Amino acid sequence: MKVMAQMSMIMNLDKCIGCHTCSVTCKQAWTNRTGVEYVWFNNVETRPGVGYPRGYEDQEKWGGGWVRTKRGRLKLRSGGRLAKLARIFSNPTLPEIQDYYEPWTYDYDMLLNAPKGQQVPVARPKSLLTGKNMKISWSANWDDNLGGSLETMQDDPILKKMSEEVKAEFEKAFMFYLPRICEHCLNPSCVASCPSGAMYKRAEDGIVLVDQDQCRGWRMCVSGCPYKKVYFNHRTGKAEKCTMCYPRIEVGLPTVCSETCVGRLRYLGLVFYDADRVAEAAAVEDDKALLQAQRDIILDPHDPEVIEAARREGIPDDWIEGAQRSPIWKLMQYEVALPLHPEYRTMPMVWYIPPLSPVVDVVTGSGNDGEDARTLFAAIDKLRIPIAYLAELFTAGDIGPVDAALRRLAAMRSYMRGISIDNERDERIPNAVGMTGTQMEEMYRLLAIAKYEERYVIPSAHNEQAHELEEMACSLDFDGGPGMGGAGPFGSSSGPAVPVAVENFHILADRQTADRPSTPGRVNLMNWDGNGSADGLFPPTAGPVRKTGKRKDPS
Amino acid sequence: MNTLPIILWVAIPYASIAVFIVGHMWRYRYDKFGWTTRSSQTYENRLLRWGSPMFHLGILMVLAGHVVGLLIPREWLYAIGISEETYHFGATTLGTLAAALTLTGFAILIYRRRTVGPVFLATTTMDKVMYVFLGATMLFGTLATIVFQVFGSGFQYRETISPWIRSILGFQPQPELMADVPLLFQLHVLTAFALFALWPFTRLVHVFSAPVGYLFRPYIVYRSRDDGRGAQAPQRGWEAIKTPDPDRLHKL
Ligand code: SF4
Ligand code: SF4
Repeated sequence: MKVMAQMSMIMNLDKCIGCHTCSVTCKQAWTNRTGVEYVWFNNVETRPGVGYPRGYEDQEKWGGGWVRTKRGRLKLRSGGRLAKLARIFSNPTLPEIQDYYEPWTYDYDMLLNAPKGQQVPVARPKSLLTGKNMKISWSANWDDNLGGSLETMQDDPILKKMSEEVKAEFEKAFMFYLPRICEHCLNPSCVASCPSGAMYKRAEDGIVLVDQDQCRGWRMCVSGCPYKKVYFNHRTGKAEKCTMCYPRIEVGLPTVCSETCVGRLRYLGLVFYDADRVAEAAAVEDDKALLQAQRDIILDPHDPEVIEAARREGIPDDWIEGAQRSPIWKLMQYEVALPLHPEYRTMPMVWYIPPLSPVVDVVTGSGNDGEDARTLFAAIDKLRIPIAYLAELFTAGDIGPVDAALRRLAAMRSYMRGISIDNERDERIPNAVGMTGTQMEEMYRLLAIAKYEERYVIPSAHNEQAHELEEMACSLDFDGGPGMGGAGPFGSSSGPAVPVAVENFHILADRQTADRPSTPGRVNLMNWDGNGSADGLFPPTAGPVRKTGKRKDPS
Repeated sequence: MNTLPIILWVAIPYASIAVFIVGHMWRYRYDKFGWTTRSSQTYENRLLRWGSPMFHLGILMVLAGHVVGLLIPREWLYAIGISEETYHFGATTLGTLAAALTLTGFAILIYRRRTVGPVFLATTTMDKVMYVFLGATMLFGTLATIVFQVFGSGFQYRETISPWIRSILGFQPQPELMADVPLLFQLHVLTAFALFALWPFTRLVHVFSAPVGYLFRPYIVYRSRDDGRGAQAPQRGWEAIKTPDPDRLHKL
């Protein structure tokens, strides 16, 4: 047994209102730069829908993740080492920018600066790739809230697996949001695909990162990840991905997406797993057995043997304690959380609590009691289509675990109603789903009212190692000093490495002053952070200013 | 001896080799982040899908041909039974094939670079300069092969250019060997050395990142937080804690 710690996340889909706050705050923090305009480390998809990038779940096409060979070994779906090297000059499964979308901005200043004319001036969309006018026809959430879904829904790879009649039924019956970040997999196929060895899984907390100094732009990771959560920065020529906000996690803060989540539906915490058994678990024969295999390699942090083994691996005591208090471990124990697409065999570590609300909606919509356990159970049994869809997402098509999770959520709903309204504890309800009343109340506490400290249990990185943390020194006096991080002589951002915080500082400053297709040198208010007055915030005075404060007519 | 041959066939090659080596070391230390292929495949794949593999495979064949033709003395090849005729035939056919592949690929890629908007905008000045020299080198090389090897009677570069290159690499330069070499070959050599001098400052550095190690490493890479620090030295004020020096305490 080799115990390793993994920082993981669980999202409670019932609570997601699809507000995209997580995506926007993440973007402002990490990908508000040239070259990554189209990059959404966090994106929120409406399901059913095609997702982002379009149809990423169709692995026949994109070749992401692992497959099991006849001999029971794991192999990268898009080919092993030699195949990868043979295709290095042109990667056949690399999504093109059009599979994401062509990034654009608007020439807002035209609204103010257009010369006097017949027409009302408009801000036209300008492509950020070519600088030319463009027609916007797709984006990261084009089919948000099922918008235009009749046109695109048939492209949903999950629906394609289901029958025709299902597709027609679907739009009426079911809709939910699926926020996605990198899964920080236990068996990451992106890492396995990287020819330069620049991608790695951090031994301490399992966060998967790209070493920007070692990445050589071979782009194999982009195809390798079945969730398409590695992106190619088209300016710097390097891969970038969700970092699980490691500079924040290291000091005990939750990720930006969690911190700002309006629904407060994200949970962060450690789990321990047995690294020796990952390969074996990822290679079980039946796709539907993968969920159980993954549950099996996750270790009980209260088990004295596990604690002993964790100490032997040098995991500090406060981390062990963190794993014991971890909301992730608890939610996994209740078996209400499920991984996204376990059939990709990467052992993803961002799990989801499937949404019960569509079921409740149907029940209440038909005039029945949406908090009655028996009615809800019956509805779960009857609503085969939505549940089959959820099963395709979370359990490789196995209805059982989705069913069980939804039943527990339904039972909790009705049990808690009994307590708060009728003041009675009907133990039959939790017993019907294999839980006790106390467990159910604890689960309710965690899902409904858990406060910040309970949702995010993040032991910080160690003080005695503080001098090694990337982000502790955020002053500007590092080797090379300020002024680095712009466009170097060899293309965007060449030059020596700069701390992440400084890089973002300069990039922000650049963006505030350079993102003006029609009047360079002026501030784009959309990117202005509100601090101070940047150069170019006000238009240059056109001529000498008279005493009266009126400007002289330049003509 | 005349100074011009010395400049052309001793000074320039050595200067270029020196810039090549020192330049790479400097670039690696100064600009690890900029050390990339800067692939533009995300912008456009229809042309690249053909052009890039053609060019790269072609140029790898060309490289192999140059190693055999320039660095291996012909006596060695005689010894393993490759006669002058066999060599000439093999080198000319394979060489022409490789040249055709490389040049076609190159032409497709240059066309793509000029006509596909985003790709053109992502092209730096350094790229353009590099393309000029790379193109010139390939063009002179191909012309020389066609004029002398395919249609001509065959120029014996293994009596002149090859020993000269080896004399340069062995630090016993013999510029006189290059005196009677046809102009096209001379131009090919000179543009090539110019290209070598430019090399470390262009995207061509990605040649030295050919990921051979991938074949031998385990699939999943683990790294500790502590050793993932790349080029960064500890920040000032954050060096590891050391026990205080007792001598200094005494002086207080
Ligand atoms: S989800 Fe993240 S860790 Fe998993 S394969 Fe994709 S990029 Fe790698
Ligand atoms: S911020 Fe929270 S509620 Fe809003 S879309 Fe993101 S995950 Fe859903």
